[in-house]
Amino acid sequence: MRLFAIFFGAMIVNNILLMRFLGLCSFFGISNKLENAVSMTWAVTFVMAMASLVTWGLYHFLLLPLGLVFLRTAFFILVIAALVQLVEMYMKKNAPGLYRALGIYLPLITTNCAILAVAFLNIDYGYSLLESLVYTVGVSGGYGVAIVLFASLRERVDKAPVPEAFKGYPIAFILAGLLSLAFMGFAGMFGIQL
Amino acid sequence: MSLVFAAVLSFGLLGLLLGLGLALAGRRFAVETDPREERALAALPGVNCGACGYPGCGGYAHAVACKGEETNRCPVGGAAVAASLAALMGREAAPFEKRIARLFCAGGKDKCPERFTYKGIISCNAANLVGGGHKLCSWGCLGMGSCADACPFDAIAMNEQGLPVVDEAKCTACGRCVLACPRGLFQLVPQSKRVIVACSSKDKGPETRKICKVGCIACRLCERNCPVKAIAVADNLARHDFKACEQHKVCVQKCPQKTIVVFPPSS
Repeated sequence: MRLFAIFFGAMIVNNILLMRFLGLCSFFGISNKLENAVSMTWAVTFVMAMASLVTWGLYHFLLLPLGLVFLRTAFFILVIAALVQLVEMYMKKNAPGLYRALGIYLPLITTNCAILAVAFLNIDYGYSLLESLVYTVGVSGGYGVAIVLFASLRERVDKAPVPEAFKGYPIAFILAGLLSLAFMGFAGMFGIQL
Repeated sequence: MSLVFAAVLSFGLLGLLLGLGLALAGRRFAVETDPREERALAALPGVNCGACGYPGCGGYAHAVACKGEETNRCPVGGAAVAASLAALMGREAAPFEKRIARLFCAGGKDKCPERFTYKGIISCNAANLVGGGHKLCSWGCLGMGSCADACPFDAIAMNEQGLPVVDEAKCTACGRCVLACPRGLFQLVPQSKRVIVACSSKDKGPETRKICKVGCIACRLCERNCPVKAIAVADNLARHDFKACEQHKVCVQKCPQKTIVVFPPSS
């Protein structure tokens, strides 16, 4: 039950994009097409899962024993940057079309605050390895749900008669705000606070 | 002291480890690219205007190097770039003919009066929306200079008649003005073809004659007198077939409205 609460809380109640407002640059940058949004979700999921596994181990078996907790930001960023590089190389080789579609947002996963936030939150909440893995999958699932919803909405809005001044990003911001309001309805569900 | 030592050592080791891992991965996922593609990209102007029909210079460089695309597609670089691309690919240089954006309208303020005074956003698109435009002719140039604003090469200037004038030395035929004009008055014409029907009005002859002093009235005098049948009237408007035109300039002399103009030879 605790695992389910962690998963559900991470995915819906405390959605990383719509409730915590982290990782927003890719949320707006890559959500113009549903297809790209889905592939971005996979890339983020992979980097997030790997990063939280490695950083969890790093924190508990290296930083804590050596008393180097104050260096955790630097350590975590190093790990995340290396993982993103790996994903980038893999995509360039095996999915060049996707590589071009994601463009600058792929290397920018390095500085995507959502990834670093998950690594930190795992530790701040005192999760075990299993719990942090579930939490990470929940968060990246939430990222996927939000960005897929948002991309489908944007695809429709693109065809709608939006006033000239609101076309493009302005209406996207309004849309994101409404989506976020809708997700606030989940607050406190099943007594999940986190 | 030992803390500093531990920090430096562990951080350095982690970096080294990740670096080695990435180096191995880099070899495993290496992508072979045609080195000619990079050199072709370097030979291109890098304006990314898209006039070649590819998404930016990178797309065109890829097409030239890997898909056997012709080397004369870049209007910005012109003959020089076509030649250097052909040299890079070890191919015959395809002939390059420079094109120029031409305005198919001569209805300046004196020739074609205004219906009302437009006071609003200085943009042809905006002016075009207000009551069908402030010009008497619903086909002609609105004179707000959106083409000049769109030109990335600063080749278009507005004259005192409110008509855009294209500087042939600066024009690269990128086609931005063609897209910018809400009335579609620009066309890209080979630079060697200098006889142009400077009108786009498809109104009937008598209508046009009332509206504009230099509009095409579709009298067909040009069509009947052209020695090589390179001009024809369709939809109340004369148009040259630039492939057939040999520039005998008979049409220029016959035109009663002086709609057909000759651009002086470029230096």
